[in-house]
Parts: sequence; structure tokens; C-alpha cells
Amino acid sequence: MERYSALSLLRGAFNGQKHWQPAWRDPEPKSHYDIIVIGGGGHGLATAYYLAKVHGLKNIAVLEKGYIGGGNTGRNTTIVRSNYRQAPLHNLFEFGLKMWEHLSDELNYNVMFSPRGSLTLGHSDADMTMLAQKGDAMRCDGIDAELMTRDQVTKFEPLLDMSRSARFPIEGAMIQRRGGTARHDAVAWGYARGADTLGVDIIQKCEVTGFVRDGDAVVGVETTRGRIGAGRVGICVAGHSGHVAGLAGLKLPIESQTLQAMVTEGVKPMLNSVIQTQSLHCYISQSDKGGIVFGGDPDNWPSYAQRGDPMIMERAIAQGLALVPALSRLRMVRTWSGVTDMSFDGSPIIGETPVQNLYLNGGWCYGGFKATPASGFTYAHTLATGKPHALNAPFSLDRFASGATIDENGSGPLPNSR
Amino acid sequence: MQITCPHCGPRAQAEFVYERTVDSVVPLDATPEEAMKTLFTRNNPRGVDEEIWRHTFGCRAWMVITRHRVTNEITAIRAVGPEAIP
Ligand SMILES: Cc1cc2nc3c(=O)[nH]c(=O)nc-3n(C[C@H](O)[C@H](O)[C@H](O)COP(=O)(O)OP(=O)(O)OC[C@H]3O[C@@H](n4cnc5c(N)ncnc54)[C@H](O)[C@@H]3O)c2cc1C
Ligand SMILES: [Zn+2]
Repeated sequence: MERYSALSLLRGAFNGQKHWQPAWRDPEPKSHYDIIVIGGGGHGLATAYYLAKVHGLKNIAVLEKGYIGGGNTGRNTTIVRSNYRQAPLHNLFEFGLKMWEHLSDELNYNVMFSPRGSLTLGHSDADMTMLAQKGDAMRCDGIDAELMTRDQVTKFEPLLDMSRSARFPIEGAMIQRRGGTARHDAVAWGYARGADTLGVDIIQKCEVTGFVRDGDAVVGVETTRGRIGAGRVGICVAGHSGHVAGLAGLKLPIESQTLQAMVTEGVKPMLNSVIQTQSLHCYISQSDKGGIVFGGDPDNWPSYAQRGDPMIMERAIAQGLALVPALSRLRMVRTWSGVTDMSFDGSPIIGETPVQNLYLNGGWCYGGFKATPASGFTYAHTLATGKPHALNAPFSLDRFASGATIDENGSGPLPNSR
Repeated sequence: MQITCPHCGPRAQAEFVYERTVDSVVPLDATPEEAMKTLFTRNNPRGVDEEIWRHTFGCRAWMVITRHRVTNEITAIRAVGPEAIP
């Protein structure tokens, strides 16, 4: 695979840009792979990439039922940060954030990581206390976090409604300056190109419809393109973990729910950072194209429909407009939704399953995009060695039985209490 | 989505709150293992499941709804008494 560079662009300029090649092959499935990764989202492709790159494995396939990156990778609001209160979460996400900082170089593909700052607003004394606690917890593990006063917030993000009569008065904020956004599609494409170059077969339009068993063990998968044998199989299907694990007879602590997002027409730069809040359920950022991207709560009831409830959008937009009144004249151009795995403690599930040779990486709820590099790296370790990686060990499936849940949001045992 | 409350008739879904599936109500005499399984695992089908909903912003009664999770088609709704929730 030819390396992308300024020089190759320049050379292309003199011969009509005819040097471009497809960024990955379109191979026929082989009859057997050492490792099969189900799901060609960012996580699955990153997993395959690190299996080849770090573990030197040669015979790997990624099976994708549609086209790569067409799931939540291509639907999310692209917020990347590691400002979580619980240590297992911020350690995993921080490992990922450090990878984001070099990802474009690593992949020779511009993922447009833009560390513009992840700003979390506080609307009350209680919010500010929570933010201080979270920031302290992060700093104890060497992760950047700063509290901001009202005045600092006013200077940093001038279009926020800082008036005392605001619907949601702003008392201050916490900022993680290294957080930001990235180009979602480029993450899938960059990992796909990298993995393909290292010999991984990326097989699209290939849905896994069942598992081939030898006694208790999984020894392959049934697909819409025939039966394919495998040494180990890693599920990596975002909102469809429950469905795919169900094909192997497993019941997971997951309910699939709709998560929506929306974007306005493009305007000149007006928001500097990714704006989130400690008490509300809306997050706002400006894409590199200029559109204002909004996200909100999940729909809070199980669905695979990829079609959301307008009430949820209305709530997110109402909150966004209250925070940044200048947004009120913009036209919304698109809304969409994805199916997300809502796990019962809000944290991902990564590791072995009770079925031999079958592994799971799911339960990412509304927050897995930022984890893509870390999820792929640690899951590759688990698939290659059959053992947990230090960073994904706390996220085992059996934590629910042992009581060692990792309560992402401090809100209780069921997804709809979130 | 529109849900026909057994007491109030057809109403917007926004008035209702989803609780959990019928098979995930933990019996009071469950062993710890059974309770764990019941509370923490779901079939989560790409198809039909039986769900407990509440007309929270209406008459506040509980009901069981049989619903397809891809098409949202509702094939049955029945009123329930307090026995559905422990
Ligand atoms: C609206 C929205 C906003 C979000 N915002 C953020 C955010 O700001 N920051 C953040 O960190 N996270 C965010 N997330 C979450 C994030 O998008 C996901 O956690 C993440 O993309 C999951 O990664 P993935 O690669 O596994 O998913 P996907 O890209 O969904 O990949 C899974 C793939 O598996 C395939 N698949 C499913 N079933 C099968 C089968 N049987 N056989 C073969 N293939 C199959 C699917 O087609 C899909 O391509 C958001 C999600 C949504 C929906
Ligand atoms: Zn009613």
C-alpha cells in the first residue's frame, strides 16, 4: 500500500491524480481463519489491526453485515475525552486518548483529531462539587482536569448565556483540554486500510447468522456468505451484542436502545469546545464543516428500529438553545439514530464468555467512539492470548454476578434508570 | 409510537415509561443466583418481547405490552395489578 504524503499528492498533481488505489481489498472469505472479528465498526477494525500489528497474527478476518463504519462509528457525535470519575473507566479512556494523539501518524491516515477541549458546565454548588471530585479523581491518576470559574468560562466560550436569569445558570465548569472530536469515518477507514495492508481480510455484506459448535466450543460461524471456520471468534457489534450473543445461547446484561443525534446547517466558527453539562442531557460541538452537532439522552426503552422519538430531540435542543441562545436561528438539516448496547452499569463488557473460544466486546452505551483505539488494542490482546489485558480486566462479563459493577453514572442497576 | 392504555385509550408514547421485561421481575423467594440472572440478563431480541410499561404521565397504571422491537408493532396490551411488580 502506497503511503499517503504531501509528496505523493504533488506527484499526483502532475499526472491527473491517477495514482490513487483502493484503500482496502474486497476478498472472498476463506474457509478458515485463526481469528474472526464480527463487526466492521471502528472497534472491530481496530481490533483486527492490533491483532496483526502487535501480535503478528496473519490469518484474521473482519465480517461486516453491511459496509464498514456504517453502524455507530458513522453515526456518533465523535466526542473524545477521558474525564470519567471511576478509575477503571478513566484509565481505559486515558490510554485511548494518548493513542488518539498519535493516531493519524500511526495509521498514515488523517483522523482529524481535534483536541479543542471538553468543557463540562456546572449549574449549581452541587454540580461544582461533583466536578471537583471528578477532576481530583482524574488528577490522582495523572489525567488533566481543570476547574474554571464563571469568569474563565465567559472568556473561553463567549456565546454561552452567562446571565443570572439564564434558564440554566452557569456557576463554573471543568475542562479537559486534551479532549475534543475526531472524524468518525476516517477512524474506520484508517484502521481498515491499516489492517488490510497487514493482511487482514475485511469482508463486507457478510452477516453472521449463527455459530458452528463442536461440543461446547465455538469453531466457526454461519454467515450469509457461507460457513467459515475459526479458532477464536470475537463479537464486536455495538448495539447488536444481545442479538449476536443470543445466537450462541447467551443472555447478556444489555438492552439495545436508540441514541439520536442531529446537525444544523454549517456556519462560521462559533463554538470553541465540546460543551457538555453536569446536570443536563445535551452536548454540543461544531463540526469542521461548520454544522452544530447536538446529542442527548438515549430513548430509554428497548429498540432496534434505528429511528428515534422526537421528544428526546426536542429536549436536547431546548437545553442547547438555553445554553447558547445564538443557536436559535439555525436550521436543523439532519437527524439520525443508532442502536446502542445499554449495559446495566453503563460500562462496557470486554472479555471471555461462558462459551469456549467466544469473546465479547460490547456494552459501550453512548460512549464507545472515544475508546476505539484502546478497545481495539486491549481486545486484540484478549483475543490473541485468551487472557484479559490489565485495562479491560475490570470489565469482565462476570462482574454482575460478583457485585463488582462499575457504575458509570452513579444511577443504579438498570439501563433505564440512567 | 402510540400506545393504547387499557384505561385511557390511545395516547402518545411520550406519556409512558418503560420499566423492564416481564421475565425480569425478581420473585421474592429467588435464590441469589436466580435473582442475579433475572435482574441482570435479558433476551433483548431483535423481535417480540413482553414489556412492563407505566402510563406515568396519565393514569399511572402499569401494563404489559407485547411489542416488536424493530417494527414497534404492538400485538397485545393488558392491564396488570400490583402482582407484576414486586
Ligand atoms: C447518536 C450517537 C452518538 C454517539 N456519540 C458518541 C460520542 O460523542 N462519543 C463517544 O465516545 N461515543 C459516542 N457514541 C457511541 C459510539 O458510537 C459507539 O459506542 C461505538 O461507535 C461502537 O463502536 P463499534 O465499532 O463497535 O460500532 P459500530 O460502528 O456500530 O460497529 C458494529 C458493526 O457490527 C456490524 N454487525 C452487527 N451485527 C452483525 C452481524 N450479525 N454480522 C456481521 N456484522 C454485524 C454492524 O453492521 C456494525 O457495522 C454515540 C453513539 C450514537 C448512536
Ligand atoms: Zn392510562
